[in-house]
Amino acid sequence: MATSDRNPAIEVRDLVTHYGNTEILHGVNVTVYEGEIMIIMGGSGSGKSTLLRYLLGLSIPTSGNISILGKDITKLDAMEMQELRKNMGVAFQGGALLSSMTVGENVQLPLFEHTRLDRKTMQIMARMKLEVVNLGGFEDLMPAQLSGGMIKRAAVARAIVMDPKLMFFDEPSAGLDPVVAAELDELILRLRDAMQMTIVVVTHELQSAFKIADRITVLDRGNILMSGTVEEVRASGNERIQSLLNRRPSTEELAADEYLERLTRI
Amino acid sequence: MGNPATLNSMLIVLEQLGRRTIRAIEEVGYLFSLLVESLFWIVCGTFYKQPVRIPSVFTQMIQIGIAAIPIVFVLSFAIGVMLAIQGIHTLKVFGAESQVVLGIAYSVTREFGPLITGILIAGRSGSALAARIGTMQVNQEIDALRVMGINPVRYLIAPALLAMLIMVPTLTFLSDLAGLFGGAVFSSIEMGLSFDAYANQSLEILEVDDIMQGLIKSLVFAIIIVMVGVVNGFDVRGGAEGVGRATTRSVVLSISYIVIADMIFTYYLNR
Repeated sequence: MATSDRNPAIEVRDLVTHYGNTEILHGVNVTVYEGEIMIIMGGSGSGKSTLLRYLLGLSIPTSGNISILGKDITKLDAMEMQELRKNMGVAFQGGALLSSMTVGENVQLPLFEHTRLDRKTMQIMARMKLEVVNLGGFEDLMPAQLSGGMIKRAAVARAIVMDPKLMFFDEPSAGLDPVVAAELDELILRLRDAMQMTIVVVTHELQSAFKIADRITVLDRGNILMSGTVEEVRASGNERIQSLLNRRPSTEELAADEYLERLTRI
Repeated sequence: MGNPATLNSMLIVLEQLGRRTIRAIEEVGYLFSLLVESLFWIVCGTFYKQPVRIPSVFTQMIQIGIAAIPIVFVLSFAIGVMLAIQGIHTLKVFGAESQVVLGIAYSVTREFGPLITGILIAGRSGSALAARIGTMQVNQEIDALRVMGINPVRYLIAPALLAMLIMVPTLTFLSDLAGLFGGAVFSSIEMGLSFDAYANQSLEILEVDDIMQGLIKSLVFAIIIVMVGVVNGFDVRGGAEGVGRATTRSVVLSISYIVIADMIFTYYLNR
């Protein structure tokens, strides 16, 4: 289905954010349509992780609007935001499993907090989600006993236990060997196809991005360079995008007076 | 006109002082906002179908309270013995050694019981709380709770606060008993005062208000320990080193606030 036939699940309009006195995102616009995998790509310091924090409602923007599933999260109160988050799942870069709980308890936590299911049903549901991520039988282990890839998959199981409509991944392949990274890519594709989830992936891993993306948004120094399909991004004539895709160091040079100003700025 | 270099140094000092003052005010404001939110969840959580989990409170009560019983008993006993040593030595000058029971009874219940317990729990459980929250912050576990729709204040702070509000006064009462027992042991060895006589004298001297004075202080200490630990934990930046810094800062600040609060309470409660 063409993206224009779908409803937007996420709409970001003119998003401006600051960290202290420094402006990080300079009026960002992004649209993610229902049922697609959107990759947010960019180099280190491009603002992609910052954008993710704002999409998750973890920080308040300076200006602009962020609409998630039809609700402008910049205008929601804490309780409304909490309700909306039941439709969102997040797999953080390091997994962010609660270290004091077993894997099974971690996966059950959202059910325990948001539903009135009995303990046995919650255990069964958690086991099912762990099976989806190929971690069946690991529910009694503590997070410290798992490998990096297993932690990430357990985090995915926890994120999908409430069957969210939206799923966010922060650097899913970072620090994983190619085989485990490929398994995680397959899992992301499965979540879109089998569970009809809308998925946003923040990454700088090109191979993984090109494999799973429906569309790619390229961020650079707080600005969107372009949004498009894999082919459109590959064919882009933008020098910064080509530097990123071909792993070339940026050839941009500062003017002498600008360089001097940067060095002597107090 | 002063030397421009001196003026510049003064300006820098003033600027730093101003920044630290603003940061301190912000921190106090943050502390009070977290306290109000925690109390809100303790009282109103059930009405919003997000209650503070009782098993979590019990777990914290065991960590804060039950596990601390031996050390609280030993230290409070030692304080009771020291008070008896000093009291007998000082009162001997006036030939009034027998009045040592009065000194120990008041000192232990009004001052040393709550103070020793507060300092001990700040060092033991306040630091653990700061380290736990700090580590969770560094590992993005707090963010994970938020995005799961779980309020971290309700989930992490409210149970700790409730457990501390129950256990610190309980331990303070235990500390009172241990301190009085320590005083009794030394007095019986030094002056041949029987335990029965010591206990009777203590009960005659002490009123409910004396015990309550210590218990009220201990409630304030409990709030200080939790909130200082939590604020420092949430403020962690920079990985394991940041966690270490926050833990140390939390212990130093908690103990300082406890001693200052104790002084203020003692002044007002004894006027």
